[in-house]
Amino acid sequence: MSRFKKKKDGGLPAISTSSLPDIIFMLLFFFMVTTVMRENTTIVKTRLPQASEIQKLEKKSLVSYIYIGEPRNIKTYGNESRIQLNDQFAAVSDIPEFIFSERESRDENERKLLTTSLKVDYITKMGVVTDVKQELRKVGAFKINYSTRKKAYK
Amino acid sequence: MARKLPEVNAGSMADIAFLLLVFFLVTTTMDVDTGLIRKLPPPVDPNQKPPDIKERNIMKILVNNRDRLLVNNKEGSLYTLKDEVKDFMSIHLDNESYPGITVKNIKLLGNVPTSKGIVSLKNDRGTSYKMYIQVQNELARAFKELKDELSMDKFGRKYDKLIKEEQIKAIDEAVPMRISEAEPENIGGRN
Repeated sequence: MSRFKKKKDGGLPAISTSSLPDIIFMLLFFFMVTTVMRENTTIVKTRLPQASEIQKLEKKSLVSYIYIGEPRNIKTYGNESRIQLNDQFAAVSDIPEFIFSERESRDENERKLLTTSLKVDYITKMGVVTDVKQELRKVGAFKINYSTRKKAYK
Repeated sequence: MARKLPEVNAGSMADIAFLLLVFFLVTTTMDVDTGLIRKLPPPVDPNQKPPDIKERNIMKILVNNRDRLLVNNKEGSLYTLKDEVKDFMSIHLDNESYPGITVKNIKLLGNVPTSKGIVSLKNDRGTSYKMYIQVQNELARAFKELKDELSMDKFGRKYDKLIKEEQIKAIDEAVPMRISEAEPENIGGRN
């Protein structure tokens, strides 16, 4: 009996919380490292289609994005598919200038590796996409990526 | 001796860290951009004559503005497309209804028969992007399976498990992904 009594009088030892900040810091650093701040806010809807044979885009800094889809604000802009470059609506004819400025902002030896990622809403008609592709061909931006989400095949 | 400095209370450290943590949690977008990477062909010279390609070497795939498929002048379906492409691009020796064969000498592989086949993809301006991606995906699947088969046969492992650069190159050369995209047409009226 006396053995059990001994234990009782100490009570539960308090769990030391002194390492809590360290754990939180660890989590913090993890998220800090993996964080990519959203570069563009999209003003067009880009619900990406799904595909199974996808590849990862290697270097994020060497990718420029073109968004195509119907405007988020249908009341003001209508529901026809529009192109978004940087933060605003653009026409097909603005693409060469966009590509040139993207090239300007990269290092000379990295310019060849520049990829254009097309983020296109799935209900978009191919007409617009084709126009964009033709424009890209003209300015020599041959490397493109049709941005898609991963789909698992059964 | 100098008086001991009062200890700084570190109890609120966790709270500060939490605050930062929450901030980064909220702003994190972890998505890696994935997709189908393609290379566009350089613009064609309008004066240049299109290359002469035998009828049997071309597989024509048309997608109309109702997202329906026409494969070699017959109605096709997404479910059978992959196998049709694969069958078309496989090696069939001495068979007139399949594309011609050339024997290429490739490093590491030796003399390999390769198909002269070309998949020609043509879509309408009114085709939906979703359908286009699905077709592209099926084509990619067909070529990937062909590569896997050859790679299994030659190197004993699947194509995407290959590590050596020259092995990948050899397979790529033996099974070239020849997809030609025709200039689009406005078949189905206004888009």
